[in-house]
Amino acid sequence: MSGTDLPLTAPAPAVADDRPASAASAASPVSPVSPAGSADPTQPAGPAGRAGVGGGPGGRAWGPPPRRRPARPSRLPKLGEDVSPPTRWVLRVLSVVVPLVVWVTLSASGAVDDTFLPSPAAVFSAGVDMARSGELFSDTWSSVRRVGLGFLIAVAISVPLGFAMGSMGWAQALLEPVIGLLRYMPASAFIPLLIIWLGLGESSKIALLVIGVVFFNTLMTADVVRRIPPDLLEVSGTLGARQHEIARKVILPYALPGMIDAARVNAAAAWNFVVVAELVAATSGLGYRITRAQRFLQTDKIFAVLVVIGLIGLTIDVLLRLARDRVGRWAR
Amino acid sequence: MSGPDLTKTPATAPAVPAPTGEGGGALLLRGVGMDFHAGRRRPAGAPAIPTLVGVDLAVAPGEFVCIVGASGSGKSTLLRLVAGLIRPTEGQVTLDGRPVEGPGPERGLVCQSGALFPWRTAAANIAFGLELLPMPRAERRRRVAWYLNEVGLEAYGDRLPGQLSGGQRQRVAIARALACEPRVVLLDEPFGALDVQTKEDMQLFLRQVWADTGTTVLMVTHDVEEAVFLGQRVVVLASDPGRVVADLPVRLPAGRDLGTRRDPAFLELRAEVEDLVRLHHRAHTSRLAATAG
Ligand SMILES: Nc1ncnc2c1ncn2[C@@H]1O[C@H](COP(=O)(O)OP(=O)(O)O)[C@@H](O)[C@H]1O
Ligand SMILES: [Mg+2]
Repeated sequence: MSGTDLPLTAPAPAVADDRPASAASAASPVSPVSPAGSADPTQPAGPAGRAGVGGGPGGRAWGPPPRRRPARPSRLPKLGEDVSPPTRWVLRVLSVVVPLVVWVTLSASGAVDDTFLPSPAAVFSAGVDMARSGELFSDTWSSVRRVGLGFLIAVAISVPLGFAMGSMGWAQALLEPVIGLLRYMPASAFIPLLIIWLGLGESSKIALLVIGVVFFNTLMTADVVRRIPPDLLEVSGTLGARQHEIARKVILPYALPGMIDAARVNAAAAWNFVVVAELVAATSGLGYRITRAQRFLQTDKIFAVLVVIGLIGLTIDVLLRLARDRVGRWAR
Repeated sequence: MSGPDLTKTPATAPAVPAPTGEGGGALLLRGVGMDFHAGRRRPAGAPAIPTLVGVDLAVAPGEFVCIVGASGSGKSTLLRLVAGLIRPTEGQVTLDGRPVEGPGPERGLVCQSGALFPWRTAAANIAFGLELLPMPRAERRRRVAWYLNEVGLEAYGDRLPGQLSGGQRQRVAIARALACEPRVVLLDEPFGALDVQTKEDMQLFLRQVWADTGTTVLMVTHDVEEAVFLGQRVVVLASDPGRVVADLPVRLPAGRDLGTRRDPAFLELRAEVEDLVRLHHRAHTSRLAATAG
């Protein structure tokens, strides 16, 4: 196709006073004033007038892109859409109630042996019995103390290390390889070694917790610290801040919400490790209680302990989340 | 090269007495060059041309100088050299005769993003530099209030940056730099991200702040109109390598307002600078095309 057949292929005007390109360009020098209501003739003709040149519009060698049928209006929630508060609460309640109902019906129907899946009522009464005898509280206290101590030690080591790695190139180069390697060694595999080194007492359990948490928390803290926009660091320098002031007044407040988030994730890991440690060698603690109950096939007791572990973990999570939202109000 | 503008009309005095700083400092760049790859193996594909070569520039105390140039001509690099964030590979930058060796509060910096501390309120952002000085809390609060008032944000002191508009954020960024009473304020396309109307307000505001504080201003922009409207001098930077190709005095009345933009002298200088920027930008792009082809 060539440009010469433009006048022939130019489409007929859709509206009476809308003229083809050739007519418009011929008319414009003679009559600058257009007939009433028509488009300005000095303007180049619209898309209709250009169509057909060199195959496609504007000389392009292709037609218009294929069109898709528009999406049907849907009542389903859109991606990224928030739900209304009442709906949210209904969904939250369902999230707990549905598994509970499944549990109740499964154990009530008799499809599963009571020894394997005790009924919620049996679990509750086992929990009440344990609470009454006082063993639940002493075991919980043993585990909570171990988690608290081990987690604090791990945080006290990992936050400065991660801070250094995230903010200083030399610390990153020095620590990244060794921590990246240690992180892949399963903490549980250290149990025999720890027992040989530290004996069966408290210290070996706390050491396991520290090993399980410290490397991940270091790397996650370093990631958070590294994300600080460089222009914030630069502008701090031009406002007269020294290196230690930048660390304290700029990097720390910027990274604090993310550091709490990292601690929140790793607090869950700490609970895993304390139970693992107590499963292997202990005379108290929730993990120890589970092994004891297993010996006497008391699945209801195991379930009760699991529920207690879950509730404590949830409490820690909620508390850390509240702390995060308090210090990170600016980030939302 | 012109001295400080003595014909500048005094600004309407704010209610609180103005800062007692001694005004602006004298900035001098002598043969400044910057090659980011100097002394290192040049990465494959990196141009063999330094970013800046032989930049000589003198800014008198209290002067307002604008640097224009196409994108990539090294404007930000030049400003970062003066700020002390990077060290030149050639030549020297001095402020009041003392060589610049690192960033410091006597050279305030405002960048396009504003770089406000998002966890600090507007007032706390302005207070940042003062918190680092041995200064009683009451005195600090008095100064912060003065600068909040100066930038027209006295009602917004408690807002976080996320709750401010783009123009308000830039005002806070300017106030934060000014609160340290710098000898020079360095602005890197401070209004580049603003809409046209806000930008116009901010330009008038910046002239006012400059008149009130008497500080030296070195501003970088790619907007020729803005440079001619604001500056007492316009310096044109060309790319490949970045170098000064023109240094033109702006002969316009000191009290600039929206009418200035229709002044024939303004229009003439704007056209001249635009032509210069375009000429060097075209030369740059055709050199790029030649090396690519
Ligand atoms: N840190 C850096 N490392 C390497 N090259 C850089 C660096 N900063 C800037 N440059 C180069 O210097 C040139 C000028 O950049 P810049 O000063 O940002 O220009 P402008 O602000 O005028 O757009 C660009 O070609 C850019 O690639
Ligand atoms: Mg730039």
